[in-house]
Order: sequence, then C-alpha cells, then structure tokens
Amino acid sequence: MSNKKLNMKDKYRLLTRDLEWEFSYRDRKEIFPQEDFEGIKITDWSKWEDPFRLTMDSYWKYQAEKEKKLYAIFDAFSQNNGQQNVTDARYVNAIKLFLTGVSPLEYQAYSGFAHVGRQFGGVGARVACQMQSLDELRHVQTQIHAMSHYNKHFDGFQDFAHMHDRVWYLSVPKSFFDDARSAGPFEFMVAIGFSFEYVLTNLLFVPFMSGAAYNGDMATVTFGFSAQSDEARHMTLGLEIIKFLLEQHEDNVPIVQRWINKWLWRGYRVLTLVAMMMDYMLPNKVMSWQESFEVYFEEAASSLFKDLARYGIEMPPYAADAIAEKEHLSHQAWSIFYNYGHAAAFHTWMPTAQEMDWLSEKYPNTFDKYYRPRFEKWREMEEAGERYYNPTLPMLCQTCQIPMGFTDMENPTMTSYRQSVYDGERYNFCSNGCKDIFDHEPEKYVQSWMPVHQIFQGNCGGPEMEDVLGDYYRINLGVDNLDFKGSPDEARWNGWHNLQSAEDKLKKAS
Amino acid sequence: MSKVYIALQDNEESHYIVEAIEEDNPDVTVIYQPAMIRIECEGHMVIKRETVEEKMGRDWEIPALHVNLITLGGNVDEDDDQLSLTWNN
Ligand SMILES: [Fe+2]
Ligand SMILES: [Fe+2]
Ligand SMILES: [Zn+2]
Repeated sequence: MSNKKLNMKDKYRLLTRDLEWEFSYRDRKEIFPQEDFEGIKITDWSKWEDPFRLTMDSYWKYQAEKEKKLYAIFDAFSQNNGQQNVTDARYVNAIKLFLTGVSPLEYQAYSGFAHVGRQFGGVGARVACQMQSLDELRHVQTQIHAMSHYNKHFDGFQDFAHMHDRVWYLSVPKSFFDDARSAGPFEFMVAIGFSFEYVLTNLLFVPFMSGAAYNGDMATVTFGFSAQSDEARHMTLGLEIIKFLLEQHEDNVPIVQRWINKWLWRGYRVLTLVAMMMDYMLPNKVMSWQESFEVYFEEAASSLFKDLARYGIEMPPYAADAIAEKEHLSHQAWSIFYNYGHAAAFHTWMPTAQEMDWLSEKYPNTFDKYYRPRFEKWREMEEAGERYYNPTLPMLCQTCQIPMGFTDMENPTMTSYRQSVYDGERYNFCSNGCKDIFDHEPEKYVQSWMPVHQIFQGNCGGPEMEDVLGDYYRINLGVDNLDFKGSPDEARWNGWHNLQSAEDKLKKAS
Repeated sequence: MSKVYIALQDNEESHYIVEAIEEDNPDVTVIYQPAMIRIECEGHMVIKRETVEEKMGRDWEIPALHVNLITLGGNVDEDDDQLSLTWNN
C-alpha cells in the first residue's frame, strides 16, 4: 500500500476507522462505563471531526523535529552559561514558581487525557486525547530538563514535586487540576480542553514567554513556545469538543454552559499567579497583565462567545467580575506574597522606584491610589531594617484556595467576602464565582485539602512555623525563602558579575 | 466581525510564512513582539501551501506549520493545500 497517494483526509479516516471495531460479546456500557452519568447525550460519535486530521506518521515526524530544535537550544544555553545573562537574578523566581506551580499541571494533564482517551466511545475523540496526553508528558519532561539547569545555580528548584503536593499557594493550581480530574470525562474536557486550553493558556504562555525572551531567558522561551506549538492543536480539540457536545443534543446545552461558567472562573483564579509574574517578577516588561488580559481574554473570549451564541451559549456571568479586577489583580496577589515571603519557596521584594513608576503608568486608575502608599510604607520599613512579614496564617477561599485578599470592586479597600453554610459548618469564599461553584457541589468541596486547616489540625509536620515550612514543605529556610535582598541567590549573582567585570578589565589591559 | 489570529515563533522559516500570509490576505495586521510574530485579520485568514513553497523556494507541507506555531484563534480547517481560520460572526 502506498501512503503517497492518500491525501490527509483519507489517511486520517483510515487511522481512526482501523482503530474502531464492533463489540460482539461485551455490552458497550461495560466498555465505556463513564459515558452517561454526567447527563451528556451523544447520539452519533461519527460526527466527530478533528480539524487537524493528524496521523501518527506526521505526529512523530514533527514532534521529533520540535524536540531536536529544543534540545539544541538547551545545550547552547548551558554551554554559554545562559543563567548569567538573564536581566537580573530576581527574574529566576518567576521560573521557580513556574516549575513548582505549572509544570506539575502538565503531568496532571497527561494523566487526565490518558484517562479520558480511554473513556470516550468515539474513536476520533480517543485518538485526539491520546495524542494530547503524549504532548503533555513531553511538556512536563522538557520543562524539568530546561529548569534543571537553573537548579545548578539557584535555590528553590530542588524539591518541586514534593512542594507541589504540600505548599499552601501551590494548592491553588494543584486543586484546580484535582477538581477537573475527579470530574466525569466530559466535564474534564470542558474544564481542561476548552476553558483551560482554549480560553486561558494563551495568558499563561504567550505574553509570559515573550517576556522570558525579553529577559534573556532563551531556555524558557524555547520550552514555552515548543509546548505552545502543541497547544494550538489542544485548543482546537477544546473548541471541537464544545461544538460537538452542543450539536449532539439540546439537553447538553445547559450542562455545558454551567461547566463553562465554573471552569472559566476556576482557571482565571489560577492565573492570579501569572498576573503577578508579569507585573512584578519580570524585570524587563513586555506588556502589563491588564494589556495581555485585554488581548487574550476580553478580545479573544468575545469573538469565541459570539461564535457560540448560535448554540445558545452565553458569556459566563463571572467574566464581568474578572474584567472588573484587571486593574487590581496583580497588585493584590503580589501584596499577599510579599506578606508571606517567609512561607514561600521563592524570593519576594518591593519594586524599585523605577518599577513603581511603570506600574503607575500602566495602571493610572489604581496603582497610585490604592497600592503605592502601602508599598512605599513597606519599603520604608525595609530600609529601617524591619522588613514586614505577616506572622498569622491566612483564611483561604474554600473553592480556589487563595488567601482572602481580593477586594470588592465596588469598594476596592474592602475585602470581598462570601459565606455558605453546609451541614452545620460555615465556609468562606473570595467571590461570587467561588461561592456558586461550592453551592452547586458542596459534597465535593467540603473534602478539599485546605493547607491552613491542615496546619491547624496538626497534619503538617508540627506546631511551629519551622516544622511546617522546613520539615513538611522542605523549604530550605533562610535560603529559598525571605526577601531577595540578602539571599544567597543575590550574593551568587553579584559574585558572578563582579568576577566577569574583573575578567573584562584583565582582557582590556592585556 | 471578530478577529482571527495566528502567532508564530520569530525565526527564519516563519518570515517566509508571514510573507505568504500577507500576499494571500492583503488585510492582515502583522505585530512583532519579543520572540514572536502575531498576525491578525477580520473574520478569515488562509495559509496556502503553494504560496509558502514559492516564498521558501522548496517543498513545504501544511503540518510543518506546527513546528513554529504558538497559538491561533478561530475555527480551523486544514487539508493538504491550505489551513484556514474563520469566525462566523
Ligand atoms: Fe501542556
Ligand atoms: Fe495542552
Ligand atoms: Zn475563591
């Protein structure tokens, strides 16, 4: 058989048709036991179409090409001591947060897609999910490889997988994926394939990676964009599953709408970390969080939801809440981390005078009015040798697990605070979105592993701060945590650069 | 009309692809950002194999686009000769 004569569509049809067969001695329901319980109705799986019509031969061919390019750059980066050429050592803390907070999600995505790639009754959907599963495994591996180079030269990278499972702020991304993977297969696809991949990963990868390039970090740009080259396929799969579900049966529409509402808000809350990475952790700035949010969320989501309107799908009600927060989000998030800088596995700092001016320029309605005075006070305390650390443990939102530090957008100096009572217990939430999600499935969210509750219950190493942070989280105290100023990272960085300039002087002299 | 868009890694090969897109879609806007090129257009955009091959001066197939692709927005349709992005609104 000559492959050359077949076109892409024929090849794809053969690939999928050959993997499907009639079940003669087992009931379909036994083979696909998870297909019905969520209430989704599928009448005809053959209506599924993968717009990329990717076949295995071209999949392996182009993935191999991507890997070759990627590893060539990793080699060049380490051979040239690329770690010394980033803008400044504060930048590397964004990468620490990426490795501990985001890369393990790639592994969760791998595992989740492998699972749903078995559960769907349609072969087209199964093949697409299996390929995506392989992509996600590639993402976590390449990210660990890329960052292993930084681990040789900076603190805070050494125990990322252990930390992901335990550290308080990492429970935000971890619980997001745990929530999706413990849902049914169709909800997982709407959660990850659609809301996360289609609507939100652009905000996670595109402006941040462009920012990495602008800060001299070619290794990160390259793994980021190499992962994104698969993302385009994942996004298309995410959009395809939504259209497919909506076209299959009108009863699917309200179920899908509720999932979209839920997962868009859940995902947006996780991106809080990205907002502060962009505005506070990149020394050279490409665009502000607000600007990227406008391009990649407001503009992109409005085109998308206009397109879905013909199925009866509407923009989630919480989108307005996300838009209202865009001028505040990164500042509030950085304030939380600055406060709890002793309990983080990366360094925090107050922006320089010049950086504060950039923030004033980018956020003319909010920065000077609400945040600058507080930040300048903290800077004064720091200069007086009394760097502020908050000694209490924060109250967390039961749904997103972020400390209750967001404010009411109508009254931006008041903490936004919602409550529900379930089974005689009171639960706290940061927003309407988080409260509604809980109220719909309280029996799920009362089981959440809440880091602060766990500390109080004595499940995290012991009663003292050192027990929790040092023994249980495995933060190397006095090394990985606290302010960037005075850290071993800073001392090493200064060492390299003085050394370099001394070498330069010698070269010039000879 | 909503905007469809595609973003490519800023490298040698992408420059030819961008040239081809500009030729086949005269209304596109091309935006250069650190390490990436974003191309957007109202409603519809198409990338044609033939035009890219002409710009590169060698054979090129549509799935090779994935090697340099960062992100896209719009409904995708791909076959052997072209990849198109469309919003129906
Ligand atoms: Fe991924
Ligand atoms: Fe993905
Ligand atoms: Zn919340």
